[in-house]
Amino acid sequence: MNAVLGFITQPLAHDFMQRGLVVALLVGMICAMLSCYLVLKGWSLMGDAVSHAVLPGIVLAFVAGLPLALGAFAAGLGCALATGYLQAHSRVREDAVMGIVFSGLFALGLVLFVKVETDQHLNHILFGNMLGVQLRDVAETALIALPAIAFLLVRRRDLMLYCFDPAHARAIGLQVGFLHYGLLVLLALTIVASLKAVGIILVIAMLIAPGAIGLIVTRRFGPMMVVAVLAATGSSLIGTLLSFHLDAATGPMIVVVQSLLFALLVVIRQVRLALAPH
Amino acid sequence: MNPSRLPGDRPAIMVDGVSVRYANGVTAIDDASFRLFPASICALVGVNGSGKSTLFKTLMGFLAPAKGAVSIAGQKVADALKQGLVAYVPQSEDVDWNFPVLVEDVVMMGRYGHMGLLRLASKADRAAVDAALERVGMSALRHRQIGELSGGQKKRVFLARALAQGGQIILLDEPFTGVDARTETAIIDLLRAMRDEGRLILVSTHNLGSIPDFCDHVILFNRTVIAAGPIETTFTEANLIRAFGGVLRHVRIDGSDLHDDADARRVTVLTDDERPLVLYGERDREKLVAPDRPKA
Ligand SMILES: Nc1ncnc2c1ncn2[C@@H]1O[C@H](COP(=O)(O)OP(=O)(O)OP(=O)(O)O)[C@@H](O)[C@H]1O
Ligand SMILES: [Mg+2]
Repeated sequence: MNAVLGFITQPLAHDFMQRGLVVALLVGMICAMLSCYLVLKGWSLMGDAVSHAVLPGIVLAFVAGLPLALGAFAAGLGCALATGYLQAHSRVREDAVMGIVFSGLFALGLVLFVKVETDQHLNHILFGNMLGVQLRDVAETALIALPAIAFLLVRRRDLMLYCFDPAHARAIGLQVGFLHYGLLVLLALTIVASLKAVGIILVIAMLIAPGAIGLIVTRRFGPMMVVAVLAATGSSLIGTLLSFHLDAATGPMIVVVQSLLFALLVVIRQVRLALAPH
Repeated sequence: MNPSRLPGDRPAIMVDGVSVRYANGVTAIDDASFRLFPASICALVGVNGSGKSTLFKTLMGFLAPAKGAVSIAGQKVADALKQGLVAYVPQSEDVDWNFPVLVEDVVMMGRYGHMGLLRLASKADRAAVDAALERVGMSALRHRQIGELSGGQKKRVFLARALAQGGQIILLDEPFTGVDARTETAIIDLLRAMRDEGRLILVSTHNLGSIPDFCDHVILFNRTVIAAGPIETTFTEANLIRAFGGVLRHVRIDGSDLHDDADARRVTVLTDDERPLVLYGERDREKLVAPDRPKA
């Protein structure tokens, strides 16, 4: 018992671990809620696209002396809107358009990054620096994540209906444009809020795995979201603590835990299906 | 937000010189005009590709007319939709069948317009869902995931959603295809009951034979309105042949094939689909004979 307690309390004796854990939980929660919609709307790639696209925004914001988060948000949202526009005006499928737009923007970001001297580490932008977050970063993350969580909680059913059957959503007079762009704005915001903690590569995992976990263990949307949030916050907690004890990188550790959880649940499900009486 | 009865003397749907063109240049509707009043069931009839589904989508505001105007209950379409006046069941549902929703959740979606911002279901909402599921005979399967149903059962769930919504105007695009005869009868009974409550129902179908059974009006459609009016005067052999051209299967039995005497009456069978339209009588004085509906 003491060993378990020590496993939890020992890391939390450190300030940087406390800050890291708060950010990990916030990021885990908002990403998990959003991932339910992304997985169901077939927008998993959209998370990928937007997160890659923020790189040039960060560099340009640095050059212009603006807050990096602002540049990241603008570039991410721009990518999502450009994808929508290009898809509507060409016969190329959405995933192909996204592939072109985000790899192009990411490449542009890399070119700029190498060209421009910034005070940022590419490693931290790509993979986050959870244990390096300052109080300011915690506040910034919370400032984005909490309103986003509130919005998702209030409009969760409308968004679910929009993902399931946009035509019916329109037919009963819901503002589908608002819901569509609301989801995209939330996605860009969430990625910006997650940058410090997990970086643009790992946030993709945070935006897909929890929703996928929720989908395989439940049959209804409400429980799916609860399971997604529990899986994500649980992984954030365990991953952060493990990273302390194993002296490993925190963001990647969280993603490893989450992915293992997903794999485990798929296997358990298969075994139960195989054992179920026919 | 419980829309009350529409005034009976004003058109519930007004379509005025409407043309609709798709992005590929196909003009699916060309200068169509008609009016429909509350408390009636109107059939929309025409060959494949005549623009029936396009007309429904235009009425719903999903397609914008290139010319002309649509008004619903005297208002713009978007305003009518906001008030939950219109329920619509498309010809085929374009949804992800693996979506984690149960049958009852889908039907509950019809009630969202009646709920507050958080979409929390009230007792009345639950009662409406129960009643709608009962009507289409899907109560027993209400806890199934939506993908775990047959094609006809899926169709019934979406019908139930429209019923639960309870709009004053109900648009049904081929609700009977893939639905068994027993359910069709149940749905028709329900449509009649809804008409008697003052609602307008517009229903497209290829089952020409059931139209005189339950519809008061008919619109014969082929890119534009070929003929529109009450069943008795408009749903005639001549009009049907104009609307369908050579597509209709057409069988006429008269003279010595039908009678041994000099009886001038004859039987005409017109069919576009599985349930034929049967006309019986003298030339131009034929009566509609509804074929026996299979008993449940
Ligand atoms: N998305 C689209 N883009 C271009 N043309 C279309 C589109 N949908 C339908 N059309 C064309 O518009 C015309 C009308 O189609 P519509 O679906 O309205 O016919 P319908 O009367 O509903 O036929 P059915 O009895 O087969 O359901 C057809 O010529 C069809 O090819
Ligand atoms: Mg059609």
